[in-house]
Amino acid sequence: MHMADALLAPGVAVGMAAASAVAAGVSVWQLKKEDDPKRLPTMAVTAALVFAGQMINYTIPGTGSSGHICGGMLLSALLGPYAGFLSMIVVLAIQCFFFADGGLMALGANVWNMAFYGCFVGYFLLWRPILRGRLFSGMGAKAAGRAKIILASILGCVVSLQLGAFSVVLETSVSGITELPFGAFVALMQPIHLAIGLVEGVVTAAVLLFVYEARPELVRDVTVREGEKQKGSLRMTLVVLALAAAVIGGGLSLLASSNPDGLEWALFGNSEAGYSENMGLDEESFGIESEAAERAGSIQESSSFLPDYAFPDSDSPAGTTVSGLAGSAIVAAVALLLCLVFGFFRKRKKAKANG
Amino acid sequence: MDKMDRALRELGQMDELAAGDSPVHRLSPWVKLLVTLGYIIAVVSFDKYALSGLLPLILYPLLVSQLSGVSLILGLRKLRLVLPLVLAVGIFNPFLDRAPLLYLGSLPVSGGVVSMLTLLLKGLLSLLASFLLVATTPIDSLCAGLRKLRVPQTMVTLLLLTYRYVGVMMEELAVMSRAYHLRAPGQKGIHYKAWGSFLGQLLLRSMDRAGELYASMRLRGFHGEFYYAPSRPCGGRDLAWLLLWLGAFALLRLVDLGALLGGLLRL
Repeated sequence: MHMADALLAPGVAVGMAAASAVAAGVSVWQLKKEDDPKRLPTMAVTAALVFAGQMINYTIPGTGSSGHICGGMLLSALLGPYAGFLSMIVVLAIQCFFFADGGLMALGANVWNMAFYGCFVGYFLLWRPILRGRLFSGMGAKAAGRAKIILASILGCVVSLQLGAFSVVLETSVSGITELPFGAFVALMQPIHLAIGLVEGVVTAAVLLFVYEARPELVRDVTVREGEKQKGSLRMTLVVLALAAAVIGGGLSLLASSNPDGLEWALFGNSEAGYSENMGLDEESFGIESEAAERAGSIQESSSFLPDYAFPDSDSPAGTTVSGLAGSAIVAAVALLLCLVFGFFRKRKKAKANG
Repeated sequence: MDKMDRALRELGQMDELAAGDSPVHRLSPWVKLLVTLGYIIAVVSFDKYALSGLLPLILYPLLVSQLSGVSLILGLRKLRLVLPLVLAVGIFNPFLDRAPLLYLGSLPVSGGVVSMLTLLLKGLLSLLASFLLVATTPIDSLCAGLRKLRVPQTMVTLLLLTYRYVGVMMEELAVMSRAYHLRAPGQKGIHYKAWGSFLGQLLLRSMDRAGELYASMRLRGFHGEFYYAPSRPCGGRDLAWLLLWLGAFALLRLVDLGALLGGLLRL
């Protein structure tokens, strides 16, 4: 889900960076308020763990394929949302700097897509209400804790990955980078990330369960401290669960499946380019090799794009582009020359140093 | 597991590159950071058909690579995993945007092809710029530069500590997974029944290790922040580098040099 710089318009990137910076500022401020210097090394180690954890591929049973975790939910369950968010930023920054995974300018957007939802949405709307709620209270304290951890991890990962994937699509579409229509892109992204989210949820739950068995005090919200009122109630938890289910099940999947696929959308649904009016076609008669498609293609060529680009004249965009190509050749020549010159000087310097 | 070993080796390789010495290495880190950001913003802000305007910006990575002695081929090799992602998003452009934009002789080139190439080039250039930044700036200097740009202390310290721990953790992980695979030969990845205990074990180990590390850091006088080696005052060379490049990017962004040179050629 790491976005490269080229997938974002600068305006969008700056906007996302600003949003992430605000969230980071709040987190830094919250952390300062807690004033626990011992936190920093722990955060760094857990961040490094998530980084390393992303390197191991897990076999996904039954499919023969494998995947890796993303980690936002895991970090916020262990460190709390603010420290978790900051740690995720650091993980993403290191990936961006040293492994070219995600762009420098796109860092803000990547932080938002992968860290914000997992840490804040996942923690405040799912993890905390579920863990502090009275769900599964008939099972005994230990078993209930286990069940709540499983539920919260899986739901949290699925919801945050769905939101993240949706944001990726939204940002790319707003940037106007890809010709792939919004609906088709969403239909591509959401189901894939549903699967990834499920796997990540299971892994997160497994890790947290292990920690819960070995050192329960490390997992957040598992044991509510004495004197602290239990904030979440069963009803609250259920409301949140229902909301989450509505968002995933209803909203996103509906959006994904009710839209036609990319090519169809481009030909029939894009009223902005005026295809549907121009062609007088309906979706039923559409087929890749049908007459209708050919007609659509020819009409498309003659009606919608051409008026903007009248090529034969030298003043037209096409004319400039051709001369642009020639100019580019000159640039390439200059670049080559540059390399040769520098190479020459370096060789001479080396020769001087050697002898 | 060779994937981890490779990642470790790549980290080490970047450290080695960054420890080199050249006019670019000697520049102030925050200047390099700003120039890189400015470059990426300039590159990405081009219109999606602006292939000819974008091409001259290749000169920046080329020049920096020549000045610093960091090979661009190496950078390209590092990017091989990431570029397909950019391609995957642009690959549909030629199919969806089929109106001819220009003719090469009698061969029509559609807008989609031009916009796909532009997108690829944008991705390549911005990735190369970040690569050159990291390959010419050690992590300590990078952190000092971030401090100078008023990034909060907490973030910078966290970045530095995490970077240092990544190596430690990955060695630990490599040991664990090698042990696992020796005991489970012929198995791809880690069996799902061991997912939790494997990562959990690593986590507990690392938490303990963090505790020890923190204690020893406290004993050596750590108070929650690092003191970076005093960076030498920002000299005229740094300022010149900053202003010249930012000016050049702005100029190249506003003037389509490729088309201009082509125009000269035609006269």
